[in-house]
Amino acid sequence: MEVKEIIRQENMVYQRSSLLTSKPFSYCPGCGHGTSNRLVAEVIEELGIQNDTIGVAPVGCSVLIYDFIDIDFSQAPHGRAPAVATGIKRVLPEKVVFTYQGDGDLAAIGTSETIHACNRGENITIIFVNNGIYGMTGGQMAPTTLPGMKTSTSPYGREVATMGTPLKITEMIAHLDGVNFVSRQAVHTPAAVRKAKKAIRAAFECQINKKGLGFVEIVSNCNSGWKMTPVKANQWMEENMFPFYPLGDIKVDGKLVKTL
Amino acid sequence: MKEFLLMKGNEAIAEAAIRAGADAYFGYPITPQSEIMEYLMTEKATERTGMVVLQAESELAAINMVYGAAGTGKKVLTSSSSPGISLMQEGISYIAGAELPCVIINVVRAGPGLGTIQPSQADYFQSVKGGGHGDYRLIVLAPSSVQEMADFVPLAFDLAFKYRNPALILSDGVIGQMMEKVELFKPIPRTEQFDQSWVITGKTPDRKANVITSLDLEPLPMEKHNHHLQAKYKKMEDEEVRFEEIMCDDADYIMVAYGSSARICSKALQLARAKGVKVGLLRPITLFPFPKVRIAELAQRVKGMLSVELSAGQMVEDIRLAVNGKIPVEHYGRFGGMVHSPSEVLEAFEKIFIKN
Repeated sequence: MEVKEIIRQENMVYQRSSLLTSKPFSYCPGCGHGTSNRLVAEVIEELGIQNDTIGVAPVGCSVLIYDFIDIDFSQAPHGRAPAVATGIKRVLPEKVVFTYQGDGDLAAIGTSETIHACNRGENITIIFVNNGIYGMTGGQMAPTTLPGMKTSTSPYGREVATMGTPLKITEMIAHLDGVNFVSRQAVHTPAAVRKAKKAIRAAFECQINKKGLGFVEIVSNCNSGWKMTPVKANQWMEENMFPFYPLGDIKVDGKLVKTL
Repeated sequence: MKEFLLMKGNEAIAEAAIRAGADAYFGYPITPQSEIMEYLMTEKATERTGMVVLQAESELAAINMVYGAAGTGKKVLTSSSSPGISLMQEGISYIAGAELPCVIINVVRAGPGLGTIQPSQADYFQSVKGGGHGDYRLIVLAPSSVQEMADFVPLAFDLAFKYRNPALILSDGVIGQMMEKVELFKPIPRTEQFDQSWVITGKTPDRKANVITSLDLEPLPMEKHNHHLQAKYKKMEDEEVRFEEIMCDDADYIMVAYGSSARICSKALQLARAKGVKVGLLRPITLFPFPKVRIAELAQRVKGMLSVELSAGQMVEDIRLAVNGKIPVEHYGRFGGMVHSPSEVLEAFEKIFIKN
């Protein structure tokens, strides 16, 4: 049997999304951003909304998404993606608008824009990749850094007494009436990837059906910033991040499905 | 039939925005310009034209909503006053870097810091030298009447779209708050008649994806982009300089003043002429591009220039650059929220140029 016979359309079980550009992902090996980018591309393609979707890519590793998904994008200043998305969505209400933000962006410098866009019930989708650290700037402490976790600006570990406890912003925004769908997922195993994709799809459908804001947190790793091998980083994430940031749907169709 | 109304400067700007076919306004309250958003809401701008009017949670959010909406090719504006404009500077730098058209209105109050809500022209540097980080310029229009507050809105949009650059209307608390007769222009339909090739409205199969960005991690392309921006600013300097001259032809001395200070100086000029002193007034209408060529020409034949500003002396530096040491150039102005009177201006002029 020749290769050509094997790759016939009826035998196809999986293929690369046509929305992914030919550029190879420039993320560090083992990073969850590549998978997260891919899932966003696949969901947009499967929903058939690529001609009507506009992405907002802010500052940090998240900005690179506009190199990899072949749709219109606006880059945004650090933390301001929900405001930029609001501007786009308000003048083009029939288009699909999403932001793709990291934890420093969404939960530190952009806390105000995040909370107020959620509170206004902007009919947008927010994808939030939380790896508990500032990746692109070289591994500094983020609002989501775990207690005791070592970073370049908490070299002896995050000391709660002086540096505060990690911010569970996803739980915070889940309480806001303008937010229709909230889910926290991961992308480190095939099973987790399937669940994450389902959640991303639900968050986009929420917008398409004009139900309000859809929000998906992806708990991810930063093996470079964490200074671990990719495998060790994923183990560490399971053992340390997931107990603090438990996975699963938090709000579905405007109703909290989890006791917070 | 001509339509005349008695309006505040701030109201005139708001009505002009509706009539100019603006698609969206994003703003945050701050004195002395809050009437702009209040007027847009009270006069039901959304019902009249479909214009979006949204009160943001901060000036930071407001300017970034402008940035987002401007990327779609819509006519977008915001307004604020000095401290709020300071907060917006990062966003304005992004908008200039990404080459998006928008209109920003600054109804200036006195600083520094929280300062006071009274009028000032102390935001000149911030307006004409860039304001935020990086090498960029705004097109800066300085209205000196309520009529110009209205007329400069469509002009600012035209220039912003012509150059794909933010245009700033630099007003102040005097012009924003005072009431005058205004002749309003006829409403301009909300249309998109300019080049749309760069907008983000969703990538269709017939074109490449558009990305609104000011980022390039490579320095060489970034230098090239900066050269492109500088060429654009040069073109503005060649083609968009606007100013008004009052009795400059026979003048021995020139006062240079813009906005509300120019109104005061026009009276001071009358007082001087009544005394037989030949004073002229040059009023820059565009502060960037600055009428430096005309100022240099005048410097060939007058004895001195006085920059009269509601600041400690900012525009005077640009006049001195244009004059290049040929004649004395001095500054006079009340500031910190105080407004000089015509007689104070004349007294200062005489003290500097006549009595010595």
